[in-house]
Formats: sequence, C-alpha cells, structure tokens
Amino acid sequence: MAEVAERLKDIIKPENLIYGKSPVLNNVTMHYCPGCSHGVVHKLIAEVIDELGIQDKTIGVSPVGCAVFAYNYIDIDWSEAAHGRAPAVATGIKRIMPEKTVFTYQGDGDLAAIGTAETMHAINRGENIVMIFINNAIYGMTGGQMAPTTLLGQVTSTTPYGRNVDLNGYPLKITELIAQLPGAAYVTRQSVHTAAAVRKARKAIRKAFELSQQNIGTCFVEVVSTCNSGWKMNPVESNDWMVKHMFPLFPLGDLKDGGKDKTDGFNLQPQ
Amino acid sequence: MGELRLMKGNEVIAEAAIRCGCDGYFGYPITPQSEVMESLMAQRPWETTGMVVLQAESEIASIHMVYGAAGCGKRVMTSSSSPGISLMAEGISYIAGSELPCVIVNVQRGGPGLGTIQPSQADYYQATKGGGHGDYSLLVLAPASVQEMHDFVALGFDLAYKYRNPVMILADGVIGQMMEKVELMDQRPRWTDEQVKEITGSWATLGKTKDRSKHVITSLEMDSHIMEENNLRLQAKYNKMKQEDVRYETILCEDAEYVLVAFGSAARICQKTVQLAREKGHKVGLLRPITLFPFPEKPIEELASRIKGFMTVEFNAGQMVHDVKLVVNGKTKVEYFGRMGGILPSPDEVEQALLQKLIGG
Ligand SMILES: Cc1ncc(C[n+]2csc(CCOP(=O)(O)OP(=O)(O)O)c2C)c(N)n1
Ligand code: SF4
Ligand SMILES: [Mg+2]
Repeated sequence: MAEVAERLKDIIKPENLIYGKSPVLNNVTMHYCPGCSHGVVHKLIAEVIDELGIQDKTIGVSPVGCAVFAYNYIDIDWSEAAHGRAPAVATGIKRIMPEKTVFTYQGDGDLAAIGTAETMHAINRGENIVMIFINNAIYGMTGGQMAPTTLLGQVTSTTPYGRNVDLNGYPLKITELIAQLPGAAYVTRQSVHTAAAVRKARKAIRKAFELSQQNIGTCFVEVVSTCNSGWKMNPVESNDWMVKHMFPLFPLGDLKDGGKDKTDGFNLQPQ
Repeated sequence: MGELRLMKGNEVIAEAAIRCGCDGYFGYPITPQSEVMESLMAQRPWETTGMVVLQAESEIASIHMVYGAAGCGKRVMTSSSSPGISLMAEGISYIAGSELPCVIVNVQRGGPGLGTIQPSQADYYQATKGGGHGDYSLLVLAPASVQEMHDFVALGFDLAYKYRNPVMILADGVIGQMMEKVELMDQRPRWTDEQVKEITGSWATLGKTKDRSKHVITSLEMDSHIMEENNLRLQAKYNKMKQEDVRYETILCEDAEYVLVAFGSAARICQKTVQLAREKGHKVGLLRPITLFPFPEKPIEELASRIKGFMTVEFNAGQMVHDVKLVVNGKTKVEYFGRMGGILPSPDEVEQALLQKLIGG
C-alpha cells in the first residue's frame, strides 16, 4: 500500500496533469444518481464558463426538476425559477441587464410541459439567452412519471402499461418546433453517453455560450439524457436503451444555425 | 409645485413609473388597466431613462420576468386586473418567498371568473390574505384618487425595498379609468450601477465576482428547521410593517357616533355620504384604510370603545368587514353594505343603508 502511494506521488505532479475539475464547479457532492446525465452536463457548463472567462457575468436560471439544486454546484449567481418559468425569469434578467450572459437549465417536464408557453415565446422573441434542455423522457424528480417526451410504449409510474397514444398523445419533439422559430439562433441536439459524445456536447455548449455573447437570438442545446432511476435500469442499460429507443425519435445533430431570422419581406416597417 | 396635468389613473401609473426611475415594466393587456402598458409603449422610456418595457405572453410570464429582474436588484413592476392577478399568484408567492422587492398594480374588476370589466373590490381577500400559496403577506396600498395612483408608485418602491417584499397597489376600475388633476413628481434618475450595488449588492444576482460567494435567489429550503426560521423571519417583517407602516385617513371621526370604513373609490362615495348624513344631524365619520395590509387596527380599536357602530362599504360581498370585526371584537356593532358585479352604490344608497342598519330610522 505504502509502496503504491509512493509511486503515485511521483505521478501526481502539476506537469503531468492532463485534466482537472473546473474551478467553476463547487467542491460539493452532487445529489444526482450515479449514471445520471445531469452531473455531466453541469460539468460541461462549468468548464465552458471557465474557458470563456465569463463567471462574473453569467447568471444561471435553475428549474424545478432534479436540477433544482444546480445552484449548489456551479459557482455563479443563480435565480431559482418556478416550475417551467425559467425562460420568463431569464428574459427578465437579460432584459434588465443586457450585458450579462444568461442561461436556463431545464428538464423536459419543465421546458416542454408546464413551461411550453414560456419556452416558445422567449425563443420566438429571440431572447439573447442560452437554454440547456435535459431530455430524459421522464419526470425524474417526482419519481418517474410520464413526461411530454416519454416514448410510446414506455413504462412510467403514470403510464404503468406503457404510454398509449389514445390516452396520452404523442411524444413531443419540441426541439424540432423550436428550430422553426425565427428567434432561434442555434438549435442543436446532443448526448453525453460516450466520451466522444461528451466532447461534442461540450463543443455545442461552448458554441451556444459564445454565440450568446453576440446577442443574435436564442441558443438552444438539447441533451438527450438518461434517468436510470426513473427508468429503473442500471447506468449501462440506460445508455443502451437511450441509444436504441430515444435516438431514432430524437436524432442527434444541429437543427438550426446562423442566427435569428431576418425580417426582410414580412415587416410592414422595414428596420 | 410639480407639473399639473389632467390624467387617467392608469396613465398616471405609467407616468409615475418613468418619473420615479423605475427600471422595468413587464405586463399583459387586460381591461380596465391596458392603458398602463399602452402609455409606456407610447412614451418609449427606454430611449430616455433607459427603462425596459416588455409585453409578455401572459401574466404568468410577466410576473416571472419581474422575479428575474427584481432578483438583479432592479426596481421593476407589473400591472394587471383581477383574472391576471390570479395567474400571477404563483409568481407573487415565489417573490414573497424569495424576499424580492417589486410593485404589482391590480386595477380590480368584478369576478368571479371572467366576471365583468366593471370596477370591483372583490380581490380584497386575495390581496390581503394571500392569493398564492404559503404564509406570506403583501404590503397593500389602496389609492382613492388619481393623485394617489401617482404617489403610491414611488412610495411602493420605497416600501418594497425597505422590506424586500412585494408591494401591491390595489386600485379598481373607477380610479384606473377616471381623470383627475394630478401633480406629477419631477423626473428622478434611475439608480446607477453603483447605487444598485450599494443597495442590493449583498443579495442580488449581479454576477459572482471573486471577492464574494455566489448569490442565489430562491424560496426553496429542504431543511425544515431552516425553513421554519425563514418563515419566522417573514412574519417578523410583517410585524414590523404593522409597527411602522400603517397608513389611514380619518374624516370627521372626532365627534362621530357612527363610522364608515371604506377604501379606494368606495371611500370617495362615503365622503359624500358623511356630508349628507351630517346635514341631517347624524354624527357620521369616515375611516379610510390606505394600507389594507398592514390593516389600521389601532384607530379602529380606539373608535370601537366609544362609537355606536361601524359600517364597512365595499364593492364586494363583505370582505374587509371581517377584519374590522376582528379588531372590534364585539365592543360595538359592525355592519357591512356593498354592491357587486360592477355596480357602484350612490352616496344616498349608502346613507339609506347606514340609517337602516345602524342609526335606525
Ligand atoms: C407548479 C408545480 N407543479 C408540479 C410540481 C412537481 N414537480 C416537480 S419537478 C416535476 C417534474 C420534473 O421533471 P423534468 O422537468 O423532466 O426534470 P427531471 O427531474 O426529469 O430532470 C414536477 C411535476 C412543482 N414543483 N410545481
Ligand atoms: S432521478 Fe433521474 S434525473 Fe434525477 S438524479 Fe436520478 S437519474 Fe438523474
Ligand atoms: Mg425529465
């Protein structure tokens, strides 16, 4: 044992460091279940904020959902919004302090059910905010009920026999709707189930925060995510299940890029 | 003397907001108060004082925009009428729970439901007893004139910041729509960044700098003991309001045997009733609560021990009457008279009710 410790001492040196915890991530244990995507996405956001040097000008808006305590983990100022209202809260912050970088972090229930109106209208106004959307096809926090993005046939505590289209309607592809909104600047769908996917998601989040410095409309990053507790699977099974069942309905990739739409041609008072 | 103008109550809210250096207004149209946002949009204060004005997609959104912006230590407000205030109940509870200052104007109309666009005072309970969930109170100001609509905006912000608590201006369709002479305050500058930092720097989300720990605006607390402490802190604040910020007006109460209790435009009608009754030799006075919360308990208590009875006059089914009864506690008679559905009683009608219910005819 002592021998191992001695050997490690030789290896753990600043010059050998290839990866470290972002200083923007607080030194606390996260409450997320092992295998949950939330923690990974938090880490990516913290890293991007650090890289861009915007810690002192970034305000986060946390949701009601498992990420309600996001404010305990990322070392920036936060406003904790009511369930679904994060885009409205973020609008208030950004409009009153336009020089700040403002982002929301929301689950599928928060963003695509109770907060659909706030989501669509904030983006349609082209609010200059970043929105991070954790789509895990379930209500994680409240114990695994059906979400708007729950798949047909998927078993949840409120669809114990599987989501039934006649009873529950269809899974909502809200990101596709959002990509149609003229106020959206950048809309992308990512995942964090492999190291490569994490790197891509990180790039997308970085791009969203970078673009948001230019105030060219809403930057929206969906992360197709796992909720192993809600799905009642272990983390490995969850990843496989997500790839097999969620990706076909929620394919990864960019849905819109290049800034919010021009108003030429449909504006009675050309600006 | 400030600039004099003949103005509508709703327009004056907008004018006062700009002049008192308000940072932002977020709202959604509803009769009888749509002129507030219309006036603001027409004036384009973002080009002069830098005030933000935004039409939201709903009252839910507007109150949560207020939540976000108030959390930045900025002086922000919204206005609506009864059905819209119901939608705001969630956000108001969050604002009270997170101890954020803001001003909310309710130009009441009749309910329940979609009700009527005619004036009403039926949101007295909603304004003074909650409306949203949880043990919270708003500081509620009830203007009875266009001048007070003007004055209460700046006063509202002062009180909101004194207590870090939402302040409601509870008006009604009469005051919102009527025109009166008003003396306007001179333009005051908005708070500078330095002032905002000085006044709100210990809690506002202005961006976390290296020299301090992060600020979190939240009403959430999972530890019951801390949550109880939070509640006790709120209650202490409401008690302080009761000690320091009760406002009311009395008219001819010194020798009165009967006292009308009425707020807002009902008090305007009662003022005439007092005159009519006095002409007939009845010693009638008027007590007008200006703050509905904190309620003017002391003057009512004092009167209760020496007068023959109170009658509240309200444009509702009898709401404030219960607060008066609580204070009077059986020491003298307490009656209520009111009309609903948008009907305003005439001074004669109130006098008749007074004779019938209290004085005896
Ligand atoms: C107004 C309101 N309704 C319901 C709830 C209960 N609730 C809390 S979180 C949640 C769903 C969260 O699901 P999601 O947004 O998908 O987040 P996740 O936990 O899956 O990350 C619900 C229904 C609430 N807090 N407030
Ligand atoms: S319940 Fe689901 S979303 Fe919530 S922490 Fe656990 S795995 Fe993550
Ligand atoms: Mg979810």
